[in-house]
Amino acid sequence: MADSGAAAPKPSSSVKLVLLGEAAVGKSSLVMRFVNNDFQENKEPTIGAAFLTQKCNLPTRTIKFEIWDTAGQERFASLAPMYYRNAQAALVVYDITKPSSLTKAQHWVAELHRQASPGIVIALVGNKADLAAEAAAGDELGDDATEDTDAAPGAEGEEDADADNADQRRVATKTAKAYAEEEGLLFFETSAKTGKNVAEVFTAIANAIPEASLKGPRGAAGGQSSLGRQEDARVNLGSVRPEGAKEGCAC
Amino acid sequence: MSREGTPPPLPPRPKNIALLDPRPPSSHGVTPTRPQLVSKPTTQLSFADSQTHSNDSKYESSSSSASRPHGLFGWNKPKASSDADAPSVRSVIPAAEGSVETESILGDVLGDHGHSLFQSLGNRFQNQESESLFLPDPDLEHAFEQEFNEIEDIDETGSNEETVLIKWRAKLKHFLILSSAGKPIYSRHGNDELITNYVGVIQTIISFYQSTEDSLKSFTAGDVRFVVMTKGPLNLVAISRLRESDSQLRAQLDALYMQILSTLTLPSLERLFAARANYDLRRPLQGTEVLLSALSDGFTRGSPSTMLGSLECLRLRKAHRHAIDNALLKTRSENLLYGLIVASGKLVSVVRPKKHSLHPGDLHLIFNMLFEAGSVKAGGGENWIPLCLPGFNNTGYLYMYVSFLNLDHPAEQIQERPRSSEGIGDEVAVVLISANKEGFFELRGMRDDLINQLQKNGSINHIRQAVKGGRFTCTDIVPGSPLRHFLYKSRGNVQFTMPSWDPYFNTLFDRRRLTCLYATLHAQVHAKPAALKIIHETTTTNISLGWSTPLFELYCVAPSTTSRAALSQAANKIVQWVRREEERLFIIGGAVF
Ligand SMILES: Nc1nc2c(ncn2[C@@H]2O[C@H](COP(=O)(O)OP(=O)(O)O)[C@@H](O)[C@H]2O)c(=O)[nH]1
Ligand SMILES: [Mg+2]
Repeated sequence: MADSGAAAPKPSSSVKLVLLGEAAVGKSSLVMRFVNNDFQENKEPTIGAAFLTQKCNLPTRTIKFEIWDTAGQERFASLAPMYYRNAQAALVVYDITKPSSLTKAQHWVAELHRQASPGIVIALVGNKADLAAEAAAGDELGDDATEDTDAAPGAEGEEDADADNADQRRVATKTAKAYAEEEGLLFFETSAKTGKNVAEVFTAIANAIPEASLKGPRGAAGGQSSLGRQEDARVNLGSVRPEGAKEGCAC
Repeated sequence: MSREGTPPPLPPRPKNIALLDPRPPSSHGVTPTRPQLVSKPTTQLSFADSQTHSNDSKYESSSSSASRPHGLFGWNKPKASSDADAPSVRSVIPAAEGSVETESILGDVLGDHGHSLFQSLGNRFQNQESESLFLPDPDLEHAFEQEFNEIEDIDETGSNEETVLIKWRAKLKHFLILSSAGKPIYSRHGNDELITNYVGVIQTIISFYQSTEDSLKSFTAGDVRFVVMTKGPLNLVAISRLRESDSQLRAQLDALYMQILSTLTLPSLERLFAARANYDLRRPLQGTEVLLSALSDGFTRGSPSTMLGSLECLRLRKAHRHAIDNALLKTRSENLLYGLIVASGKLVSVVRPKKHSLHPGDLHLIFNMLFEAGSVKAGGGENWIPLCLPGFNNTGYLYMYVSFLNLDHPAEQIQERPRSSEGIGDEVAVVLISANKEGFFELRGMRDDLINQLQKNGSINHIRQAVKGGRFTCTDIVPGSPLRHFLYKSRGNVQFTMPSWDPYFNTLFDRRRLTCLYATLHAQVHAKPAALKIIHETTTTNISLGWSTPLFELYCVAPSTTSRAALSQAANKIVQWVRREEERLFIIGGAVF
């Protein structure tokens, strides 16, 4: 699905996006799924930050994501503002098997609300959905996950994991979803491993960016700081995605 | 043993205590004789450890030589010549050839025909040429094969505890890092639970000696060498069965320490412990365990670079390297401090300010991060990495832009790369370092300009060809050379060169045995302060040479059917070859602004 296929060039614009969240929740894996449609077990931790780009074709326009994948380790925390300062979108990721990672995500959301551009689009993403028992059922969005099946045991540190394929979910969908609604965030449960909902998150973000803040390929607001500056980056074309890109996001 | 609550400070297993038994008589005052890894900039001439000539080149090994039937020979008998001559090639070799020794004579007789002579006799040396340079050592080989396997955790019931411990003890090499309060910070093998007892013992021993104001440096237990290095609030411990010298192990510990500084900087390391002696350093080091392990495994596999405290460069024609240097200078962006092009772990070109040279130790950390650990590769895209280069300045951070190139499509960003370090064959990285933490897009712009230039002037092609061409074999270099392998270090350039591992050293184990041999020669060459030293060693399967002058160090090995004279001649030819090729093999100065 080459995004250059359309004959008439659609208006295209760049969107700066930053991934934030605790180490090992799967930020880099989500990006790798989005950009390369690939997944690695036991991925090595990110050091510093990685910068990647990927195009996303919407019916009326093309969005080029410029993605900062940050390392979640504490020692890099002070560098985070550099990456979100001029971002138009943020993916705040937690791990549905690890309640403390949601707490960390909430801190990031608060920090973004305090410090990032006021119009920033934030998506809260609960990753590793494949590890939840209902994952096998393959329900489409986290939104309408059945309330009964995801009744996660509230006890956080409790070791009641049984067999390998037991439900490892420790964060109930409705808990995270309620929080996301309260804060006005997009919300998805994803699996970088299976690809579930990954393209959807990016498409939803692309759709949620206000038309007004898209000023052409070089143009979004406030590009003066060096890390926020736009550059023409080469984009990886032609990655093939098995789980269909529903909204025409060609990524 | 109870696995709950705080473990006892000493392990209950008498076996372990015996293993850890220090032997004070042999353990003290071993001072490193080789230059520290960080001590010399790459581009500056300095002969830190060249001192007076030795007129006693007959070296007595302090380590066990039971496995070496022929013992060790000095090249020159204490003759006037070794004193008086300048340490040049010409002056040394004839003396060696002229020395009257049974072996030399035998060698002269056999000469290059030795092999066919043996063959015609149909004796057991028949297939010497295709045989290993080393006697089989199945125990070591087995241990080495297991060396990099993960040790599983002790399970809930403790039923596998014994097997896990056996596996742990069977490791040929351990690296442990603990705080001076005894808290474990890093261990290459085994989780906390497993190592706690050992850490306790080691801590007890270290603090015992510290309390006597006589700090423990190293000791031997059985065939295991323990080396302890105290650096501020940290104790670093190397435990090796690979017969490396203390100073070699110390250089390895030093590199691990530099990796920690690279993550934290010295002031912040000190601050963390000043606030709380019991501080758990693993938190701020989170995510860098892979870097420490990649370094450790490199040392266990055998790292010529660390042993020699120097770097390898990609062999390029002088004019080609010059064109790359010029492209770097031309596209240099305002806030650039250092710029490097690195191909599969070999330096291609460097751009640097006149007043700052690059330290091999710093470069080694960068190469380890880029080519061994996989952290950067695995991420894909371009990277922006804060790091401290302790050889440059251990108090602050620099920011490193990294972009891997696809040599066939250099204008494209590589988004995806093979994970394992096997795949490093043709990886080329552009590394641009700045003190400006917001400099990413500036350096990214420079990268684009640079790639443009390199494409325009044909340099990408030259790099691609050099990478694809790989290293020479010994016989490519000197047709008919009996050498199977060598290491040549140019002291002045702090760089080394070597031939390909193939065709004789195809497995990691073959290479490890070779690097063990080099380590032995290296240790002997560095054991005495003298400017000119030649070490000559023979076993039933190989004959080897270590040769050190103020200009270079050379280590080489040939099958035992090679005579000493032939070996010395071959060594001499390598030196001549390097001299001819110097500007291709080494970066002399680099691009300076
Ligand atoms: N089961 C499962 N594992 C995942 C998923 N995403 C990431 N992982 C694993 O979680 C670990 C951390 O992933 P990584 O992307 O490095 O996390 P980051 O530190 O947030 O960038 C790796 O071992 C991944 O293989 C997922 O969706 N499902
Ligand atoms: Mg990551």
